[in-house]
Amino acid sequence: MDRAPRHRVFSPGRILAIAGNALTELTRQKVFYFLLLFALLLIGSSVLLVRFSFQDQFQMLKDLSLGAMSVFSTLLAILATASMLPKDTEDRTLYTILAKPVPRFEYLLGKFLGAAGLLALSLLLMGVVFAVVLVLRERTAEAEILAESAGFGADATAARLAELRATVFNPNLFAGGVAIYLKACVLAALTLFFSTFATSSIFTVLITAMTYFIGHFQATAREYWQAEAGGSVLSRIFLGLVSILFPDLQMFNLVDEIAAGTAVPAGLLARTAILGAFYVVIYLMAAQFVFAQKEL
Amino acid sequence: MTADSSRRRRLAPLAAFALLGIFGALRLPFETRLDAEHRAAGFRPARLGLDLRERLGQAGFLAALSGCRAVVADVLCLQASTAWERVEWGRMNWLFQTATALAPRAVFIWDMAGWHMGYNASRAAREDSRQPREALRIKAEREYLQLARDFLERGIANNPAEPRLREQLGTLLRDKLRDPLAASQAFDAAAALPGARAYLKRFAAYCLAQVPGKEREAHSRLRALYDLGPQEHLPSVLRDLKHLEEKLSLPPEQRIYKAP
Repeated sequence: MDRAPRHRVFSPGRILAIAGNALTELTRQKVFYFLLLFALLLIGSSVLLVRFSFQDQFQMLKDLSLGAMSVFSTLLAILATASMLPKDTEDRTLYTILAKPVPRFEYLLGKFLGAAGLLALSLLLMGVVFAVVLVLRERTAEAEILAESAGFGADATAARLAELRATVFNPNLFAGGVAIYLKACVLAALTLFFSTFATSSIFTVLITAMTYFIGHFQATAREYWQAEAGGSVLSRIFLGLVSILFPDLQMFNLVDEIAAGTAVPAGLLARTAILGAFYVVIYLMAAQFVFAQKEL
Repeated sequence: MTADSSRRRRLAPLAAFALLGIFGALRLPFETRLDAEHRAAGFRPARLGLDLRERLGQAGFLAALSGCRAVVADVLCLQASTAWERVEWGRMNWLFQTATALAPRAVFIWDMAGWHMGYNASRAAREDSRQPREALRIKAEREYLQLARDFLERGIANNPAEPRLREQLGTLLRDKLRDPLAASQAFDAAAALPGARAYLKRFAAYCLAQVPGKEREAHSRLRALYDLGPQEHLPSVLRDLKHLEEKLSLPPEQRIYKAP
């Protein structure tokens, strides 16, 4: 008689199966239609930017692309993750999974990894669209330079072309993508945590959106209140509580300066990634804390 | 037993928030250090104070806070460009002031602001047909030129390693503010930075040649450029060398231009 395989308390295989399923489910919701919007935004912006020099055009194109990537990934992180648990509850998939010997933390981790996979995929696709638009625009600018430089020397033309290439491609843009991904992952984990005790998807989205704004505003508010209130005990207690309970999302806002050409040292990016991973782990732990007690 | 588990379930979110509080306190020192490192590396230079909130409006301020500062600054630049087309100089200045406050590392915005103030607004003020008094037209022109200089100097202070703004400042000082010594210093400073254009050393020397008392220094610098080879034997280099050789009454053996 065959012996049944021993049940493992923690199984990466089970987690990956749940993650793969979550990713498939999310992909089926046609979330990638936003790519069309992203591409239209980039192509449409070219019409607005023709009045500027090619250097300024590329700078604005980079600002706009990274800004749009940040906004789309934030929306995707919140909206996609907020619908995960309610949808599984509604179509009873949650009960089917948890009726099997699948620990609840594996389920949550799998769901988070599915959302993180979706975010990585969408950022990758947006990055490809961005790169294609940059290359196409670079070709046009090159042709313009060559046409304008007919009467100039070969050295001057080569120098202008080199300047153009230096303006267009900046390896730090990858670091910008990483920073956007980190923030999106933190938001996905936070949304998952809220959805473990939320009564509806709308509540989850609203509370995450509020946390998103507080998370971006808290550093500014801290500076302002400390200057205005002179650091009174009451204001310090309040600010301390806000700092402790809410994430400081400005820590992941590196794209504005990256687009402007500021280099990110690898060590700094690694430490920012560690902070992002720390937030994710904490929010997943908190989510597990609530989800483990939840009556299903 | 059931009441106990029900109470546990009710208290679970509160316990989770307490957990967040404990870990929040643990992460703060790391976050504070990392924030200082970010700022030292040039990130988040803009201080989004309440004055910016008033200038940007609710939506713009929220967008700027939410990680779209550069996009908001670009939109303001587009609006400034429209203000330029409509000859609304005051509004254009206000828009550029806001855009540069939002994105102080965006070199092109400082450059654009300096250019519009120094060349378009100042020229329009000088030729303002609605102002019959020339003295007031000149005064308005100087105010715009000063604004242009201020934009460029603040841009340089925020982006010290960027040659483009120093070059623009040098051009403004040379062509508009008629200060060849300061222009020469600005071109020199730009030429010393990585990525600077090759002609900036020549520009610095040309400007120096116009400064009374600096002829000898200008000559030696132009001569050093000339000695680099035929690629530096440009008409403007030869012209200035000839002028300086005559002005300094150099002996024939030190001259490039021999007396006929």
